[in-house]
Amino acid sequence: MARFPHRIAALAVLSCSTSVWAGASDPQEFTQIERGRYLSILSDCTSCHTVPDSGQPFAGGRAIETPFGNIVAPNITPDPETGIAAWSDEQFDAAVRHGVGRDGSKLYPAMPYNTYTKMSRDDVLAIRAYLNTVTPVRNAVIVNTLPFPFNIRASLGVWNTLYFKDGEYQPNPAQSTEWNRGAFLVDGPAHCGACHTPKTALGGDKADRYLQGTYLQGWSAPDITGDARLGLGHWSNEDVVAYLKSGHNRVTAATGPMGEVVALSTAKMTDRDLVAIATYLKSLPGRSQSPSVLPADDPAMVAGAAIYRDQCSACHGLEGRGVNELFPSISDSSMVRSDDPTTSIRLVLRGARSVQTRSQETGPGMPSYGKQLNDAEVAAVLTYVRNSWGSAATSVTPMEVSKVRSDTALRPD
Amino acid sequence: MAKRLPKKDVVIIGLGWTGSIMANELTDEGLEVMAIERGPWRDSPTDFSPTYMQDELRYRIRHELFARPEQMTFTFRNKMDQTALPIRSWGAFMPPNGVGGGGVHWNGEMWRFLPSDFVLKTHLTQRYGTSFLPEDMTIQDWGITYDELEPFYDRFEYTCGTSGTAGNLRGQIMEGGNPFEGPRSRPYPTPAQPQPFSHTLFAKAARELGYKPFPQPSGNLSTAYTNPLGMKMGPCTYCGFCEWFGCANYSKASPQTTILPHLIRKDNFSARANSEVLRIEVDKTGKRATGVVFVDASGEEWEQPADLVILSAFSIFNVQLLLHSKIGKPYDPVANVGTVGRNYSHQTVSSVNGFFDPKKYNFNPFIGSGSIGMCVDEFNGDNFDHGPHGFVGGGYIGQVQTGARPIESTLVPPGTPSWGAEWKQTVKHYYLSTVKPGTGVHGGFYSYRDIYLDLDPTYKDRFGRSLMRITMDLKPNEIKQNKFLTDKFAEIIKTMGAEKIAPAYRTAPYDITTYQTTHINGGAVMGTDPNTSVVNRYLQSWDVSNLFVLGASAFPQNPGYNPTLTVGALAYWAADAIRTKYLQSPGRLVDG
Repeated sequence: MARFPHRIAALAVLSCSTSVWAGASDPQEFTQIERGRYLSILSDCTSCHTVPDSGQPFAGGRAIETPFGNIVAPNITPDPETGIAAWSDEQFDAAVRHGVGRDGSKLYPAMPYNTYTKMSRDDVLAIRAYLNTVTPVRNAVIVNTLPFPFNIRASLGVWNTLYFKDGEYQPNPAQSTEWNRGAFLVDGPAHCGACHTPKTALGGDKADRYLQGTYLQGWSAPDITGDARLGLGHWSNEDVVAYLKSGHNRVTAATGPMGEVVALSTAKMTDRDLVAIATYLKSLPGRSQSPSVLPADDPAMVAGAAIYRDQCSACHGLEGRGVNELFPSISDSSMVRSDDPTTSIRLVLRGARSVQTRSQETGPGMPSYGKQLNDAEVAAVLTYVRNSWGSAATSVTPMEVSKVRSDTALRPD
Repeated sequence: MAKRLPKKDVVIIGLGWTGSIMANELTDEGLEVMAIERGPWRDSPTDFSPTYMQDELRYRIRHELFARPEQMTFTFRNKMDQTALPIRSWGAFMPPNGVGGGGVHWNGEMWRFLPSDFVLKTHLTQRYGTSFLPEDMTIQDWGITYDELEPFYDRFEYTCGTSGTAGNLRGQIMEGGNPFEGPRSRPYPTPAQPQPFSHTLFAKAARELGYKPFPQPSGNLSTAYTNPLGMKMGPCTYCGFCEWFGCANYSKASPQTTILPHLIRKDNFSARANSEVLRIEVDKTGKRATGVVFVDASGEEWEQPADLVILSAFSIFNVQLLLHSKIGKPYDPVANVGTVGRNYSHQTVSSVNGFFDPKKYNFNPFIGSGSIGMCVDEFNGDNFDHGPHGFVGGGYIGQVQTGARPIESTLVPPGTPSWGAEWKQTVKHYYLSTVKPGTGVHGGFYSYRDIYLDLDPTYKDRFGRSLMRITMDLKPNEIKQNKFLTDKFAEIIKTMGAEKIAPAYRTAPYDITTYQTTHINGGAVMGTDPNTSVVNRYLQSWDVSNLFVLGASAFPQNPGYNPTLTVGALAYWAADAIRTKYLQSPGRLVDG
């Protein structure tokens, strides 16, 4: 019985919000709403704007970790007071594509307006039309929880001057339609660079290192260019599509933040778009360095080989090849060779659960070896796998392991 | 007073093999299914981690994965004129607990029963006459035939990815397989596991003696496999920690590796772990179940109403819950009336350890897997003429090297001191050259009038319910059967070249304190007559038609094989009957 008044309240909110919907979006306009829904998947709006498992899509409240402090994603449901129902289309477009808030203040670039700007106004209004159809939730969010001086938004003008290039995607006539679609998706709505492009001290993209991998939120996001050693050079288009569609392929499995991206966004993209993304990513230049392989009699290599045989080979195999779509192939994984070994260290120390998707429901997990192996042992086994089976990479030091151990101790898995 | 939860279409009691199978089948049918599990939730990567799973002390010796006797136990006696006492530390069998049930900690043997096993009473009386059977033996036919069950054997084998060599493909006897098995419609989904040295030596000796050895069908896979639900499994790594342990490598078939990741993603499935069902509720007529009452971990009592109740706990718990729910007539061995608790059985197992010259033999016993093995089936069921031997039944015999876990693997030949320097020296001497068959002799256990389950008159559980009382002993038929099989087995071990052998026969009285196997069966048996069975051929309760009772509790007697494949096949069979018959017209599926 207690539920009934709530339902009335919800209805009241719904009718109220309907009456104040701004803009031209028509709830009957299927084509626009459906386009907006798909664009919201491409843009992965839900990841930041929904608290996981809250059952309140787009109601905001999720804290986004940045190097400068946490920013809390706002409520973008059509609630008149705490959401975006009262926003005009102009205001919505200005926020999504130009980084300008409703009151004229500048948004923090945790909101990836610097890539969303590649979308057209029609794209953004389609997203708006879709968001107008979701359940309005009353949830007031205090967005700015940054410490001084980052809580002063004035500095963002400087940031924009340095790092923000306003403007829609301009196709490259020298490239195929597919490549151009991929470039639009990757550089625009999918905002891959937010995690995969190295950042300056001010948090702007290092343009010359585009998508070559970087550290964030306790993980190192790998190089996703066409680089043969560190990137996707040895992945076929099918490998890329399988990974983005199911979270698993013959080489690796998505875990951590990328597992979430797969579950919420890429698994729901069309195969055509995934092929386009693959085509574009594989065309991007990498760094093409080739460090020399450590000699097999290096003490870390000797210890690492023994640890690998004892602890890792049962699943990943003596040759590091793993089991197709179940246990990642360490020998084929460019992530393993990454200059920044944070993710590899983290996986060994804390383990991880791979993403479960409709086409790959098993969701196998990597156990945590943090209690079993000390820093020197983790360093040795990673040094070994980074320098075996044709791979070459710098040694991992016990110090690096120790740093990841203390950094991840307080983080959720 | 229990708090009432919103009604579900189906409530499932126990989320082990049969509960998982049934939940998956009935959610596919579109029904809202709630599973209630007494033990904790268990998940492969988090609960069976290779970083700590290979711990013999924790899992084998201290029984980590099993129910705690403090939580729930049974009383035991050998004979009806004795006073039963509570079991305070598990011995003869291990009651499973938690999601996955026995499917977590089993070895993975995946045997089909013989066609004659399903019509045992008819078959034996036709061949040997009624007077050949002991007077107090209460064996009966199952009410289902091998041919009817074959498609469901096949389904469960393919769910699990079973590794093996077919012996009878659609009636054609195949080289290298078990020539005695019933016809199978397809080969095994994956080839047999590669066998270690002691197994190939056993097979060679068996062949020399004229037998036809074959690889034991195994739920530990020889190769990577994707099952029909899309679940991925990896090849077994021969780590030697199967039985008593959860598999850390996704290579042992279990609900966790073959069904649950698929099941738990369905919107119409939900589960409550750490919740113990107290009783099945029935309406005033006593003919219709209305749901179940359970207690959660905080001690709160809940009622879960449902249209269909699936009782899929471990065999003995099924019987206990029927008695506590007052469903069906309790068995009375004196008056020989009633059915619930009748035809309880176990398995007649024994072994022969073989000690070989370490200078000539190194079996590397650390290479272990729960159900690899080379077996012979010449002496199972009625595969041989029992006429001259004066007993019925039999079993398979085989060499199954399950590992060299140190606490349990300190075997020495008879005559060695049991402690001290000489003992240590002998352990070391033979450690790598001992043949220590996992089960070795795996005999059937037929049913008897005075071997049964009922409620104990004295001892109660934490909820004030009477404990289940086990009255169990070994009868001359089983003792003779075991002597015969053990001697045949010893002959093969000797032929392998053992310099010393140590046979250990199974004898009376039945010993509840040392481990035999967890294959306890019966008590809620299936059949064609409501006067001698609790459930009909579809595992539907004769008394309460919206209650199905799954698991080995349905076995009218136990053949000479491991039960799990038949348990799973029967669950698929019952699910099929519910989907294709019961849901169309709820009510009794068989007149009785």
